[in-house]
Amino acid sequence: MSDLEAFRAETRAWLEANCPPEMREPVRDEEDVYWGGRNASFKSDAQKAWFEACLAKGYTVPAWPKEYGGAGLTPAEAKVLREEMTRINARSPLSSFGIWMLGPALLHFGTEGQKQRFLNEIARGEIRWCQGYSEPGSGSDLVSLQTFGEDRGDSWVVNGQKIWTSYADKADWIFCLVRTDKANKYQGITFMLFDMASEGVSTKPILLISGSSPFCETFFDDVKVPKSYGEDCPAQVGEINRGWDVAKYLLGHEREMISGAGGGDRTATIGAVLKRMVGEIDPVLRAELAMFDVDALAYTAMGEKFLDEIKVGKAHPAQPNMMKYAGTELNKRRHELMMAAGGSRALEWDSAETRGGQVARGWLRTKGNSIEGGTSEVMLNVISKRILDLPGA
Amino acid sequence: MPLYHTEDQAMLAETASQFIADEGAIAKQLRHLRDTECKDGFGTALWKQFAEMGFTGILVGEEDGGMGMGHVEAGIVLEEIGRNLTPSPFLTSAVVAATALGGASAELRGRYLPGLLSGDSVFAVAIDEGLKHRPERIACRAEKAGNGFRLSGNKDFVIHGASADMLVVAARTSGADDDREGITLFAVPRDAAGMSHDAVRLVDSSVATHTRFDGVELDGDAVIGEVDGGREVLNRMLMAGRVGAAAEGVGVARGAMDMTVDYLRQRKQFGKLIGEFQALQHRAAHLYSEVEIARAVVIKTQQLLDEGSEKADLMSSVAKAKVARAAGLSVREAVQMHGGIGMTDEYDVGLYMKRDRALQEFMGDAWYHAGRVAELSGY
Repeated sequence: MSDLEAFRAETRAWLEANCPPEMREPVRDEEDVYWGGRNASFKSDAQKAWFEACLAKGYTVPAWPKEYGGAGLTPAEAKVLREEMTRINARSPLSSFGIWMLGPALLHFGTEGQKQRFLNEIARGEIRWCQGYSEPGSGSDLVSLQTFGEDRGDSWVVNGQKIWTSYADKADWIFCLVRTDKANKYQGITFMLFDMASEGVSTKPILLISGSSPFCETFFDDVKVPKSYGEDCPAQVGEINRGWDVAKYLLGHEREMISGAGGGDRTATIGAVLKRMVGEIDPVLRAELAMFDVDALAYTAMGEKFLDEIKVGKAHPAQPNMMKYAGTELNKRRHELMMAAGGSRALEWDSAETRGGQVARGWLRTKGNSIEGGTSEVMLNVISKRILDLPGA
Repeated sequence: MPLYHTEDQAMLAETASQFIADEGAIAKQLRHLRDTECKDGFGTALWKQFAEMGFTGILVGEEDGGMGMGHVEAGIVLEEIGRNLTPSPFLTSAVVAATALGGASAELRGRYLPGLLSGDSVFAVAIDEGLKHRPERIACRAEKAGNGFRLSGNKDFVIHGASADMLVVAARTSGADDDREGITLFAVPRDAAGMSHDAVRLVDSSVATHTRFDGVELDGDAVIGEVDGGREVLNRMLMAGRVGAAAEGVGVARGAMDMTVDYLRQRKQFGKLIGEFQALQHRAAHLYSEVEIARAVVIKTQQLLDEGSEKADLMSSVAKAKVARAAGLSVREAVQMHGGIGMTDEYDVGLYMKRDRALQEFMGDAWYHAGRVAELSGY
């Protein structure tokens, strides 16, 4: 038996022993997701047990090095773990922007002191992070951002406003793009980390068309950010005024995440599920569902290929933009078809049968997929310039 | 298996890419054959060279003197054929017929495979009846007669039918036209009495036949696999044909897309390179995205087929349908974005559109395969 096969057998047995049956049910709503953080509480004993088992094993962040709270798995082992978890429909033990976004940035750009402190906090689910990127006047044109950090010697004083900050009202800390040099557009932005409990930080949830408020406006009013959090642990990631490099690197990760690469719910086929749910399907709609399923299965193969290529550096550096574009457009189409197949039942906004309008609300939520993290139009701009090498405007 | 080529496969790709770009180039093969009204629709000298390169034996087992490789490798050659629009019996002979012969007796393999390996023989496959690919329904009949069979019926869209040294024919030996069982595959030699071909040139300059079997007498040893149990081998041929046509389609799609993107970088109007116009940039970027996804599902399906996975059947239909959509988009955008010269015969881009159209029909179009995906998924 190869090492990898041995690892698979071991993992399978471990999951069998440690993943409670309730944690193998599909995620139904936000409550089913464990985000960690200072104010976190577990919804059930099973959720707690599953988190703690993973934590002890380093499986909240399996591919991170052991000294930062991970399990130090190789890419091949991490893939096996992912496959085995998917096989039994195991839920993710801990979700967070720290794992998906800040962590990768710190692993790439962070100092040893920052990694020791922040990565371990993330891995243990102690600190819940949010991301401060967009501003009211800086959406697709992010680099025009105005939130300003004034240099006061051993600290910054930050003033300005962010928008579309996911779960800012629930987050403990923020990683935030702050202008620190007004004369320099690209090389005048610093990637800062600070506590959301700092004086002068306030948040205001934004009610979306889906009826939920996953995003906030975030206001900074003379927020004092110390330049250092201790030895070898500066407040900024990367160099001062070079935060745009970190931001670009992270946008790649964000696009990958939103694209749904790596499979899962977003890329799944829908024809068979809808047929079971609604019985008869109009033949013309059936044809559209079939074409959708073709695209969904092909996109799933693309996601697998993309991850395989990323691991060995074969993917084009701008390929995440293509994945994001195709994945989000596909997901919007998926929900349009679910609405069409669901008929008048799918319109219900708060009935028990739809678990509080999940179909309609989910449909509306997906409209943001091709806007957040870079619009489809921006993705197409990037593909045409960086991959197809078409002349610049 | 990671979804990219191994080192050996990458080497094969480099060899095939150079060789076919040189010897299989559009001016040298497609235009030349078309303009000299070649009756075969492909070049026999190039077919010999394919054999010398080892390409014709890619899917032939090592015990039969072949390379014993898989559909990933065959697909590498097919993608280059597609990119260069090289007229070739590779897909019908070295992929689909070779797959059928893989399930044949030692006697049949010994009779036909050496000719494939040397490039002296070309094979055709006779499956379709009527205007559309509907292999679930087979009406062409072979009645038992003495120790053998007597074959009667019509087959359509038989690529290279009149030039082939042997035709693999799917016929009904029992049951009704729509029955799953009762199919038998026959290796019918070119000189069989009672077989006649009506050869027609197609839009892409390839030559296909309407082939008529009028009481063709066949020995029992012409049977490939089991009498009445041919469906399983036929399904393997269909899977190989779909994923092979899909690989060729990816080559067509990429060839047309590369020409288009090059053109966008060079053509000036209104004092600007037209590639600076966002209306064209976005369409090109969308096309790139579709073609990349089509490539991904093709290599995924090739690997599944080589692994003998039971998912290969569903995924071969996904691959054929996805490529049909992506390649169709690619050739339509190519002609449109080239403007007037895209409509001229002198310029190659229209040839991509013609080849794509023929490939769409071969082994079933996007609608047929999307329908199969729905049926196999249970709706």
